[in-house]
Amino acid sequence: MKEPKEIFEYLIKEFGEDGIHFETGDTGEPWIEVPAGNVKEIMKFLRDDFQLKFNVLMCLSGVHYASEAALGVTYHINSTVNSAKLALKVKVPEEDPVIPSVESIWKTANWHEREAYDMVGIHFKNHPDLRRILTAEDWEGHPLRKDYVQQEFYQGIPTGE
Amino acid sequence: MGMLDKKYHDSNIIIVSLESALNWARKNSLWYEQFGLACCAIEMMATAASRYDFDRFGIIPRSSPRQADVMIVAGTVTMKMASRIKRLYEQMAEPRYVISMGSCSNCGGPYWEHGYHVLKGVDKVVPVDVYVPGCPPRPEALLEGFLKLQEKITGETIIEKKNDNVEVTEVEKKSETTSMS
Repeated sequence: MKEPKEIFEYLIKEFGEDGIHFETGDTGEPWIEVPAGNVKEIMKFLRDDFQLKFNVLMCLSGVHYASEAALGVTYHINSTVNSAKLALKVKVPEEDPVIPSVESIWKTANWHEREAYDMVGIHFKNHPDLRRILTAEDWEGHPLRKDYVQQEFYQGIPTGE
Repeated sequence: MGMLDKKYHDSNIIIVSLESALNWARKNSLWYEQFGLACCAIEMMATAASRYDFDRFGIIPRSSPRQADVMIVAGTVTMKMASRIKRLYEQMAEPRYVISMGSCSNCGGPYWEHGYHVLKGVDKVVPVDVYVPGCPPRPEALLEGFLKLQEKITGETIIEKKNDNVEVTEVEKKSETTSMS
């Protein structure tokens, strides 16, 4: 099973139509939108199902949808068995940005989730070590949020010109 | 001086002032603190390697700030690194010098406007003696920077740094005002 549409229909059979959508943008590959609640179950299914076998997490990126007041995560997964690729998206509201961690499914997710936490401030539930990874531990705010305002001083050192 | 010269003209004696002898020795053994922060470090390594050969000026890398005379800030100074650079500078023994190499370390470089993570010029945390422009500067440019630093050292006195930026500008201001009046 290779095509995103096929995989989507297969997923619906397993998990029901609730919150799972098939989307196509103006450009690029189509993606499957999944609800934040059962991300972990869906991802585990995608990895373990003998027809899918998505054994590699290629990329996990945090996104800030400022116009929708939402935060999100995009997962790009790959199956080396079927040589198939798939993109999945999750959206959560800005006030309560909690998404279950997929670290237990693909170990790659560990640092990627830490980056998404550092840059846009998504909290990953049950992540074993959710610390900032790029900026300093005592940094204020999340730099890739659209409404980010940089602190003027960091440890007494001016950050501006 | 002339009389002393004549007295010892047949032996291997050179007569100079203590100051210039010390400065001559110091400027020809500029040991630099060995660390690189970004792509400028590659050019710094190229300058140290056989083609450009730092060593012919007595410039050799040291791995400890306690043994170094000059610090080459070669690359992008992130906010995380800034306090560490300051600490390394404080660990160096005086007289100590800083060469800021490349646009990033001079003023923030390409991260000048939107780089939330980059210090906008290493001179915000340590005093800089020579700025070497470029992105990254070629080895010739870094060598030129060292020659400039040598010039600066030549003019120094034992008691204090003669070419201290702040003092020079103040003296210049005074002389300007007196000449105008």
